[in-house]
Amino acid sequence: MSTISTVPFNGTPKQEKELLTVIKELEDKPGCLVPILQKAQDIYGYLPIEVQTIISDKLHIPMEKVYGVSTFYSQFSLNPKGKYKIQVCLGTACYVKSSGPIYEKLGELLGIKGGECTPDGKFSLEACRCLGACGLAPAMMINGEVYGRLTLDKLQGILDSFD
Amino acid sequence: MYRSHVLVCGGTGCTSSGSLKVIDALNSEIKKNGLDDEVQVVETGCHGLCALGPIMMVYPEGTLYTRVSDKDVPEIVSEHLLKGRPVKRLIYDETVTDQGIRSLNETNFYKKQTRIALRNCGVINPENIEEYIGTGGYEALGKVLTTMTPDDVIKVLTDSGLRGRGGAGFPTGRKWMFAKGNKADQKYVCCNADEGDPGAFMDRSVLEGDPHVVLEGMAIAGYTIGSTQGYIYVRAEYPIAVQRLQIAIDQAHEYGMLGKNIFDTGFDFDIELRLGAGAFVCGEETALMHSIEGERGEPRPRPPFPAVKGLFGKPTILNNVETWANVPQIILKGADWFASMGTEKSKGTKVFALGGKINNTGLVEIPMGTTLREIIFDIGGGIPNGKKFKAAQTGGPSGGCISAENLDVPIDYDNLIAIGSMMGSGGLIVMDEDNCMVDIAKFFLEFTVDESCGKCSPCRIGTKRMLEYLTKITEGKATMEDLDKLEELCYAVKDNSLCALGQTAPNPVLSTMRYFKDEYIAHIRDKKCPAGVCKALIGFHIDKDKCRGCTMCARNCPADAISGSVKQPHVIDAQKCIKCGTCMDVCKFGAIYKE
Repeated sequence: MSTISTVPFNGTPKQEKELLTVIKELEDKPGCLVPILQKAQDIYGYLPIEVQTIISDKLHIPMEKVYGVSTFYSQFSLNPKGKYKIQVCLGTACYVKSSGPIYEKLGELLGIKGGECTPDGKFSLEACRCLGACGLAPAMMINGEVYGRLTLDKLQGILDSFD
Repeated sequence: MYRSHVLVCGGTGCTSSGSLKVIDALNSEIKKNGLDDEVQVVETGCHGLCALGPIMMVYPEGTLYTRVSDKDVPEIVSEHLLKGRPVKRLIYDETVTDQGIRSLNETNFYKKQTRIALRNCGVINPENIEEYIGTGGYEALGKVLTTMTPDDVIKVLTDSGLRGRGGAGFPTGRKWMFAKGNKADQKYVCCNADEGDPGAFMDRSVLEGDPHVVLEGMAIAGYTIGSTQGYIYVRAEYPIAVQRLQIAIDQAHEYGMLGKNIFDTGFDFDIELRLGAGAFVCGEETALMHSIEGERGEPRPRPPFPAVKGLFGKPTILNNVETWANVPQIILKGADWFASMGTEKSKGTKVFALGGKINNTGLVEIPMGTTLREIIFDIGGGIPNGKKFKAAQTGGPSGGCISAENLDVPIDYDNLIAIGSMMGSGGLIVMDEDNCMVDIAKFFLEFTVDESCGKCSPCRIGTKRMLEYLTKITEGKATMEDLDKLEELCYAVKDNSLCALGQTAPNPVLSTMRYFKDEYIAHIRDKKCPAGVCKALIGFHIDKDKCRGCTMCARNCPADAISGSVKQPHVIDAQKCIKCGTCMDVCKFGAIYKE
């Protein structure tokens, strides 16, 4: 579950301008909070409390509600992600084909636990539920690209391909 | 006119295997050979044979190439497209016979299938509305708007016997009738495309392969219940589906199939996409509607049902992607046609996503009443590596495991419930003798504990306590009394939870206890995991007779738990062993076993 980030917030004025445009565009639509949070996460990469405060102020929605929504959904992250975001599928099809050990091995290779980011900010590791690539089980996704038919000995090579 | 069409699957499975590179290579190679006026490349949705992707189909002959890589493309173009000589080594084995190449429909994988919801998947270009119209698309909407009253539509649907394909199987006609009967200034039509069952991808394939069918079905519902606005709630994790839906909505507007005054009949209907933000509970209808409203996706007690008070407090109907995909065909071909397929209480077909330990992983659509044996062994090609079938899991975290003794039960909504599982959205995961059923139950419970929204305590606390019992069992620390308590707790959670998530969460536990109780007992009494999965209960050993002393295992052991001299049998120190299994993977002589 998400916790408040301890990484200092370093949003740029450009990002803020972009966020304000998005808010303006969507604020009249019914139920706009979730789409706005999604766009905000696209802009900043995560949802630091500062960003949620801007959204709360502009939409006149209490912060507790914004926070309630941002912590409810697994898509939203209150912590920054790595430059390369690794999501290992622990959906049923992958699980029965041993994606659990793949997930563990990656943690071991990167020296982090699931949900964490390497100290240099390069890789973050998390489990996810079904990429819909069950035909390629066990599978993982790195920055939107799916790697399928994984085996333990392929992992180091895949990690090495990112510099 | 093109003399040949090359269809390449652009669904998620094939894209992950590199089909987009194949398409690029095809386009450039075709150009190089000056064939651009003669051969057209079409990116389609899913053919279903995901395990063999990327899939390529060459028409008019209908040659099916599997596992095509971009490196194969020059050969395909110069041999097949230029000289008319198919590249034999890439052709799907099953289509090759002594008499030449046979149709795909005669292969085991397709022979027993009947494709209604998937009828256009892999056949048309999903990003081109004209291809959809060319296969009869939007004809049903035209028929409804110009020749049928809302009551006519409801009658056809009711007579067809169509039931919700999202899992619960509520009769679709009746759902629409309730919503039509309620008066309001606005009503809503929603599509549940938040496919949350881990291990299911049929909705994704329909959205990626034939997005217009969903729009058409929803517009028909809009006319029937008197709504002008629809919402599609689709998973953000499905980027290709989201993109194609948006293209489809824009094109439908352009062609006047959505928007104002559709078909000049004065009927207005529009559809908006909403992206789900990752919450399994949002598959529950009231939770989904809260999420569209921008709230936390928590369910609420029913009644009032959404047909009375749904999205933004207005009468709403919500159907699943596959249900929508059936509607236009039923309108065009009639209730009798649809009702002629299936069993007494479950009509039509059902799409299943085959996954796990099965040869042909992929997507299949079969008439209701087909047996599990036919799906797994005839269509799915059986279990790989000569292993034995142990169980099939349907219904995802809400469903249960079906054992070998029920392989011949005809699949329909009611039969599956009777054997302790449920239809669910259509995930079908096959397990073999290497899967531990207690571990599988624990896997699903971990999922539900994670995904329980926390609103009601039976689900929030109950599932957590159930998981604790299961963990105790897999660690060999449980007693037989714990097993009884676990069972009692299952029924308490089932009976007292607010929504279907909690009410069905115990199903994986109850069904595995029903069919595989001996495995639970082995964990508890004998402190053994028969499948060799539960780490706390297994140990790794070296067979002295098989070990050649190559030192491979010792060098690779991360815990330095293996010792021995060169060319002498090695030994594993159980105290140091972390049971990672690396030694077993690296041993070339099969000398390491677990027990």
